[in-house]
Amino acid sequence: MIFEGLADKLQDTFDKLRGKGKLSEKDVKSALREVKLALLEADVNFKVVKNFISDIEERAVGKEVMDSLTPAQQVIKIVNEELTDLMGGTQSKLSIASDPPTVIMLVGLQGAGKTTTVGKLAKHLHKNGRRPLLVAGDVYRPAAIKQLQVLGERLDQPVFSMGDKQDPVDIAKAGVSHAESNGRDVVIIDTAGRLHIDEELMGELKDIKAAVNPQEILLVVDAMTGQDAVNVAESFDDALGVDGITLTKLDGDARGGAALSIRKVTGRPIKFVGTGEKLDDLEPFHPDRMASRILGMGDMLSLIEKA
Amino acid sequence: SKTRNSFVSQVQNLFTGRSSIDEELYEELEEILIQADVGVHTTMGLVDELRTIAEEEGIKDPSKLHNVFKEQLEDILDRGADDVYDNHRLTILMVVGVNGVGKTTTIGKIALRAKQNSQDVLLAAGDTFRAGAIEQLEAWGTEVGVDIISHEAGADSAAVAYDAVQAAKARDKDLLVVDTAGRLHTQDNLMEELKKVHRIIDREAEDARVEVLLVLDATTGQNAISQAEMFDKAVDVDGIALTKLDGTAKGGIILAVKEELGIPVKLIGVGEDVEDLQDFEPDAFIDALFAE
Ligand SMILES: Nc1nc2c(ncn2[C@@H]2O[C@H](COP(=O)(O)OP(=O)(O)OP(=O)(O)O)[C@@H](O)[C@H]2O)c(=O)[nH]1
Ligand SMILES: Nc1nc2c(ncn2[C@@H]2O[C@H](COP(=O)(O)OP(=O)(O)OP(=O)(O)O)[C@@H](O)[C@H]2O)c(=O)[nH]1
Ligand SMILES: [Mg+2]
Ligand SMILES: [Mg+2]
Repeated sequence: MIFEGLADKLQDTFDKLRGKGKLSEKDVKSALREVKLALLEADVNFKVVKNFISDIEERAVGKEVMDSLTPAQQVIKIVNEELTDLMGGTQSKLSIASDPPTVIMLVGLQGAGKTTTVGKLAKHLHKNGRRPLLVAGDVYRPAAIKQLQVLGERLDQPVFSMGDKQDPVDIAKAGVSHAESNGRDVVIIDTAGRLHIDEELMGELKDIKAAVNPQEILLVVDAMTGQDAVNVAESFDDALGVDGITLTKLDGDARGGAALSIRKVTGRPIKFVGTGEKLDDLEPFHPDRMASRILGMGDMLSLIEKA
Repeated sequence: SKTRNSFVSQVQNLFTGRSSIDEELYEELEEILIQADVGVHTTMGLVDELRTIAEEEGIKDPSKLHNVFKEQLEDILDRGADDVYDNHRLTILMVVGVNGVGKTTTIGKIALRAKQNSQDVLLAAGDTFRAGAIEQLEAWGTEVGVDIISHEAGADSAAVAYDAVQAAKARDKDLLVVDTAGRLHTQDNLMEELKKVHRIIDREAEDARVEVLLVLDATTGQNAISQAEMFDKAVDVDGIALTKLDGTAKGGIILAVKEELGIPVKLIGVGEDVEDLQDFEPDAFIDALFAE
């Protein structure tokens, strides 16, 4: 692989400097350059990286680092703390309506993992004693409804569909009334994948929102997304006011820098991560793990402990 | 589509907007490339090379350097792009890639195209795993008007491939396109399964031509290199279809993929409709890479 662990690179940089006695500001800056490259390799947005580095520079050139015997570890520790901080706390809670049903709506680009996540959330909520209804709001993608129905069968939870000839806004409304009259207390609406620059389809989402007033609008984002993640997240958030993010496909080897970018530009919490295709593969988001992952340092925590 | 619409290019401004070549120019160029997902490694390589050429050839005029830069990119992207369909015996196209990149949709598009070129096409529903995957391919088959071979959900995908190849030969088809389930390149067992499907196709193909098409999503960042590497290792990829170029993602990562692995991009996806498939054209792609 092109990418060596950041920990190794930093260690190298500092090892070379060790002979010099104390580190200078310049030394730390050159170490931060490695951090910067690592973040870019992890697909963190370019502008986000720039700001992030200049923010931590202030802390990292402080006396505690430069006088330390283990400057590499100190720098990593600061970077990790700042990253973790930026990514927010653990918030896998969904807001539940005081007056049921709670309406949850999933949105995002094509193929991000929305429909699968609808299934995963239904399973998660059912385990917690809720009675979910899955609503088939994607009338465009071939066999999208079928896909959701298969998931519903697997979970033994009902799926509401009006076929693919009706307006998704009407389907969403009817889905909520159906839940009300059938004692389902959570409605999870699947929507078609769409580009954030598609005004017509973004308008459709706004209309659904206006019609059913969801407690939660979750933006589903593929962890492999590159520099464009910020545009996507910003557009969906501007249009809809997103309540949280679900990051999918984290079971692969993507570093997932998109998480950081999205978090930075929208400030919205990452609530869940998807770690597989199965309906159990949904986990709460752990900011500290994500930070280590983005930096490419599985062994970082042990390194920090040595510091 | 945006591929054509690039009159104001960031890079053009960069080179024409100044009177001399300075360090700032290189830095800004790096920024533009990284923001197009070209990746740190390839970006540094390209810019360093450009610097060296400028020094060695004593280039002082930024617009001359612009041309050098364009040639650099064209050099990477140009090599070896032959058409997937241009043939006369049976071609078997196996379509692979990670989850949700656009494999099944691209197959629908390819089927239409081949049909329009008077080819007799057969599809194989090799994704027996994902919920609704068979029905999705069937819907494309119906829309385009081509036959499809499928088994039940959960069936062995190698068996589907086997039947499909036999059927393609028996029915004297020109093109068989085999869909496969999305899988992350890091899942060893699923990659083994894919190899098995590939082996069966190869074995049964006899004198048919077998091609493997890797689908990459233009929205993907650096992970696309890892995807291409691992799929190539498993099933020897012949070409890439780069999808979702109708969005704002630039797909610059294919520069790195081409440079490091030598796999050419053959097709691009520019929408969800069945006609939204185009041949890959390096010039248009490079222009779009730098469009505002
Ligand atoms: N490995 C892995 N695959 C996932 C995960 N989440 C979803 N997928 C897969 O990604 C692919 C796309 O998932 P879908 O749920 O169909 O995505 P979508 O956003 O509904 O797609 P569209 O409706 O077409 O926009 C499928 O193959 C899923 O099985 C995950 O966390 N890990
Ligand atoms: N905007 C856009 N969307 C596309 C393009 N190609 C495919 N899609 C959409 O991407 C989503 C996923 O496409 P699929 O063809 O199901 O992807 P796949 O790779 O077969 O997915 P799995 O089988 O689940 O791994 C669908 O919503 C498609 O409509 C494209 O070129 N542009
Ligand atoms: Mg879907
Ligand atoms: Mg598919």
